[in-house]
Formats: sequence, structure tokens, C-alpha cells
Amino acid sequence: MNTLIEKLARLAAGKGRLRLMEVCGTHTVAIFRSGIRQVLPANVELVSGPGCPVCVTCDDYIDKAIAYARRDFIIATFGDMLKVPGSRSSLAEAQAAGADVRIVYSPLDALQIAEDNPRRSIIFLAVGFETTAPTQAATVLAARARGIKNLFMLSAQKLVPPALRFLLGDATAKVDGFLLPGHVAVVTGADAFNFLATEFNMPCAVGGFATEEILIALTSILEQIDNGRAEVANDYRTVVTAEGNVAAQKILSQVYTVTDAEWRGMGTIPASGLKMRDEFAAFDIEQVEPLPPCPLSLVPSPLKKACRCGEVLRGLVKPIDCPLFGKACQPLHAVGACMVSVEGVCAAWFKYGGQHFEW
Amino acid sequence: MSDKILMAHGAGGKLSAQLLHEIILPAFDNAILHELHDGAKIGKLAMTTDSYVVRPIFFRGGDIGKLAVCGTVNDLSVTGAIPKWLSVGVILEEGFDFDALKKIVASMAAVAHEAGVQIVTGDTKVVGRGQADGIFINTAGVGELIDGVDISAKKICAGMKVLVSGTLGDHATAILAGRHGLELPESVKSDCAPLNGLIREMLAVEPKIAMLRDATRGGLAAVLNEIATAASVGILLDEEKIPVRREVRGVCDILGFDVLELANEGKIVAVVPSDSCEKILAVMHENIYGKDAALIGEVVATSAGKVGLRTSIGGVRIVDMPAGELVPRIC
Amino acid sequence: MCLAYPAKVLRIDGELATVERAGVKRSASLMLLPEAKVGDYVLIHAGFAMQVVDEREVQIRDALVAEMNGAPRTVELAGVS
Repeated sequence: MNTLIEKLARLAAGKGRLRLMEVCGTHTVAIFRSGIRQVLPANVELVSGPGCPVCVTCDDYIDKAIAYARRDFIIATFGDMLKVPGSRSSLAEAQAAGADVRIVYSPLDALQIAEDNPRRSIIFLAVGFETTAPTQAATVLAARARGIKNLFMLSAQKLVPPALRFLLGDATAKVDGFLLPGHVAVVTGADAFNFLATEFNMPCAVGGFATEEILIALTSILEQIDNGRAEVANDYRTVVTAEGNVAAQKILSQVYTVTDAEWRGMGTIPASGLKMRDEFAAFDIEQVEPLPPCPLSLVPSPLKKACRCGEVLRGLVKPIDCPLFGKACQPLHAVGACMVSVEGVCAAWFKYGGQHFEW
Repeated sequence: MSDKILMAHGAGGKLSAQLLHEIILPAFDNAILHELHDGAKIGKLAMTTDSYVVRPIFFRGGDIGKLAVCGTVNDLSVTGAIPKWLSVGVILEEGFDFDALKKIVASMAAVAHEAGVQIVTGDTKVVGRGQADGIFINTAGVGELIDGVDISAKKICAGMKVLVSGTLGDHATAILAGRHGLELPESVKSDCAPLNGLIREMLAVEPKIAMLRDATRGGLAAVLNEIATAASVGILLDEEKIPVRREVRGVCDILGFDVLELANEGKIVAVVPSDSCEKILAVMHENIYGKDAALIGEVVATSAGKVGLRTSIGGVRIVDMPAGELVPRIC
Repeated sequence: MCLAYPAKVLRIDGELATVERAGVKRSASLMLLPEAKVGDYVLIHAGFAMQVVDEREVQIRDALVAEMNGAPRTVELAGVS
């Protein structure tokens, strides 16, 4: 590994400050856990991007989930969503107050809950990026095939390439290269990111998540910068191909269609979200049982207004630049979603990075 | 902040600590309680109590009864005492299976015999269906403090070594795997065990062991953070030296857990003088419950109150106090 | 997002496979990866197989990592990577 660290140092030497964005939250956590930051050349800065689906999910989505939970639905969700604060409370708090919230590992587990509880209605919180969305689409197809009518989706999936295009259109975002999300690319294919190189002249590498895989991808990006090139290097060829998983793409587009979507802190990004096709309206809880418009009691608290999650997610500021970081906003009493998700940029900084261990 | 108790309040992490410091300690404050060790030292005696609410009740490597006896035996032992007498309080839900109760009681008797402790008093209550989850057990225990032994955070100083008595995360893995549809090989089971014998042998070769803790809820991460805070020292671990079973790592990869945060029921952490580290490890390796014991880190004078982990590429990252309940994550 | 891990396909029963990682077994859906075969290593995410792991690329990566750790260069593989 040392030769690779030396190579990174050689490539970075004599250059100004280099800001590389790791798009994916799983990368953020892996980078902190592996101690990569401490061995990088001093002028190479890793900034975290908008790649934690929990963090970019808006308050009103959580508010809706809680509202449905109060209406006697069983809420099935990935564990990641449990503690995310909505405008006023979280699913964990709703659960403590008596709501039936169940943690599942796979959307198929929600299907099982629906089969086991034929008299109840189950809502699966369908969040995620291109990696996860096909698993939810497949679950809808499986439910239809098995004639299951008591499983519904509350959908808020997001698409990564449009978000990166949006980021680069923002003149304030200064990024010199992208470490691209390996598991998103498993589905989309590495080619889905080619526009970053061809249109924006941005050096990029698709990376895996093991320490050495991350280092290899970072080296690729620095090599491109060194040579003045810009391309999408595929450094995760064990599972990432140019075209991706075509079967998964087909299933996804069979159930969902692309729509504009709102990202926390970034606003509405064109063609960056998914909504269920009309053919599957019977599985879309917002069509089957729409909620009334947001009541006034859900106006965000004043603290929320000071939260800088939005700028953190765009790589404009570091978590420590936010006035709430580590003070009013900590994992135990998070104000912004970046602090609550394990993969959240702020949570990772708080847990691993904001402090140094000297010895 | 929530005005209701959350599951995380019972998970041994930050919220548990908050509950303790904001509600419990101010109400009961006294010098003995203030030590905040696993057991209280009263003259020549040590005393402790713990309640057990595990699901499933029977798991590979043990059951709630074995857990209840081992937990109290171990809490007394890490206080520097020889466990002697236990009380057992059982809360049963109406409709609980008689055969299951017999099995649990038999397993408590067997492990009490192994540990050389007597169950000398007890209580049974039955509550209506739905008012408890099958069976809850509370055990309390009294032990005799060993002369010349002083297990206390005050004795910890820089340069001391940190030992762990075996592989981490086995108990949590055995419990969680079943809950999340994972099938483990026969070889992976809860490490639930009485450690009084092992601890006695360790203290016999080195009475000046500064700290002993059993790494239960919140795992190694919680225990070491508590030690670092109580002793105002830094603790630096070496990731590659921490013993973890391959299957436990596999479960962590699958469910997104950090093995340092997984609960153990038969593992102790010891902070020991540097020059007796080898001989303590040697006696640990001789004991069935310490055969995989390892030196995993050291106490440093800097970074007081923090735990660091040196990774395979030489970076050092912070090991934080676990924040709450372990839930599988997919992000 | 997106924790995923490679696992070996032990059995296939319709759309459901039994996969194994580090001795730990679980079931995984093959709905998104119908081409998976028994013996393949597949990448699992949220209970679904997402891609077949390319064994040849694993060897290349491992050789590259070994080289970074000081092992002699494996000429044949270095040419490919």
C-alpha cells in the first residue's frame, strides 16, 4: 500500500490545492474508517458530495411517513431512516409513541410482512439511488405477480448523474475531480458518467470501497490531473461494466419513470428523481391514500433554518463551517440530516474526523 | 429531544449514558455509586445487579438464564471480587411455556455450578399476556473483594497495555443473524460464559491489573471510551491485532455493523502494567475462555478521553462511543 | 448509499438463490441478475444480486494490490491493467 501512497504524493507534489469530491456516502464512511485522510498529501482535500440518500431526502418525506404511521399503517424501512429528523420528529420517536415501524434489510422483507399480515397495510419507504431503486421496482413486480395488494411504496428515489450535472453548473462549487460511486455504477454503468469528462472536462474514477480500491481510484484521478486529461477511469472493473446492469435498468424503467425531484439543500433538480408509472398506481401510497397538505404545526424549527446541510452536500462548506456543528447539532440531537445518517457527511466528521487522535 | 424513552436509551451508548447522568445519578448520588463500575465496592464486599430481556430467549451458545447468571458473575469478577451469592428475580408472561422455564432454570443451575456460586434468594412474578415478552430475569450478586486488588480507573497510566480475552462480536452475531435471516455455521455461537475463573487466574499472576471490564452492550467501543474518560487517558488500538472471527466480519459486512460496537457476553478488556503483559496473556491462553486473548493496544498520555484505532494503512481514526441501537443499514 | 458485498452462489431455486459470504449464508433474489449461475460470486445489495463479480478482474486487482505492498510485478497481469 505504501508504494501507492508514495505515488499519490508524487502526483500531488508541486500542485496547488486539489479538491476531490467523493460522491458516495459509503465512500465517505470507508475513507474515514480506513484512515485514508491522514495519509493523503497535504494539498489533496477530500470533500463529500450529495451521495447519502437519507441526507438528501427532504423533511416533508419523513413527515409523510410519520403521518402514515399514525394512520395505522405498518411502516417498513431500512434502518438508516429510523432516526432522521423530519420537521418536528423522527420515525424512532413515532415508534416510541406507538407506531408500528419495522426495520428491514431488503424490500423483499416488506413483501413478506405484507404476506404475513393480510389485514394490515404496509408502506415501504422507497429511498435510494440507482443501486437501490431497482430492488424496489423488482419488489413491486413480485408483489403484483403474487397478487399482494397490501404493500405500498412511498417513493423518493434519486438519480446521481443529474445531481452531479447540477453541482457543476453551480459556479461556487470548486471541484478538481470526482471519485464516482461504485455501486451506483454497477447499475448505471461507468458510461453514464462520461458527460463529466466530455462536457465538463472533469477527471473522474469509479472506485470500489476497500481501502486499496479507494487509493487506486484516487491515484487515477491525480494521474489525469497530472497529464491534463479528463476521462472516466473504471477502477472497479470487478463489478462495474461500461453499460451496467441492463436487466436492472429495464425493471426500473418498467415500474418507474424519471421526474424532477427535490433534494435537501439543493432544491429541485430536473430529471433527478423517480415516480411510479400510472400502471402501478395501486402500489403508490400517495395515489391510493393521499395525505392532506402539510399542516402548519410542521413549520420547521428556527434551528433548522441555521442548518447548512445544503451547502455541505454541495461541497461548498465543510461540516465544521456550520455554526450548529458539534454544538446544537450532534448525532444524538441532529438538526440536519447530514448529522443523523451514519453515512451523513456531518456524522462522519463528528464521529471520525472533527477530532484528531494525537499520540 | 424526545420526551419518551427510545430503544437507544437501553443500548449502552450515548443515550444510556445521558439517562444515567441526568436522571439516575442525581437522584441516588453517593460515593459508592459514583465509581460507576460494573459492581459496587462496599467494605470487603462487592455487589451488582442486572436485568436480562434478550430475544430470542434461546440462542446458539446459551439462553436468557445462562446470560443472567454469567452477566452478574462477570460484573462481580471485574470489580476484583470472587462471586459468591446470587439472587434471581423472574417476571413471567401469562402463557409462558413450562418446558421452556424448566430449561432456563436448569441452565442457570448448571452455569452457577460451573462458576461456583449459589443462588440463595429469589422471586417470581407473573404478569398478564402482552405485559412482558415471555420472560425477564433480574439477577443480583454479592462477592468478596480479593485482598491486594484494586480495580480502579485511578490506577490507569500511560504505557499500560490493553488486552482483550478473545474474539469480539460473537454474542451479538449469534443473536442478530437469526433476526436478519442470516444462517451461521455451527462454529459461531454466543460467547456467553462465566469468567470468574479466568479473572482470578489473571489477578493471581498480577494483582496490580488496573482495570477489568466485560465488553457487553456497546461492545469494545463503549467500554474503552468509558475507561478513557474515567481515567483521563487516551487509548490507541491496533486494528490488525483485534481478534475477530471471519464469520463475524462477514455479518458486519452484510448488515453494515462495526464489530467494535457489537455486544459480547464472555469477553473482558483488561488494562495491565506493561511489564506483566506477557505473563498475563500466558495464563489467559491456558484458560478455555481466554485462549484467543490478544494484546490490542496501549494507554497514551495524549488525547485524554479519546480512543484511537491505527488502521492497516497507518492512519489513526477515532473510535467513538456508539450512538444507539444497532440497526442494519444498507447505505 | 449502497453497502454491497460479494458472495458466492451456492444454490438457485427459481428467482431465489442461497449465497454465502465468509461462512454466513442468506437468501438473495436473482430478479435483477437472471444470468447468475451456481458457483458465481455476485455482488449483493439490499437482498438482491446486482452483478456477477468478474473473477479475472479480481485477480488483476489482487495482483496490483500485492505489487503495491511490495510483491514483485506480475508481468502478464500488469500488461492487462
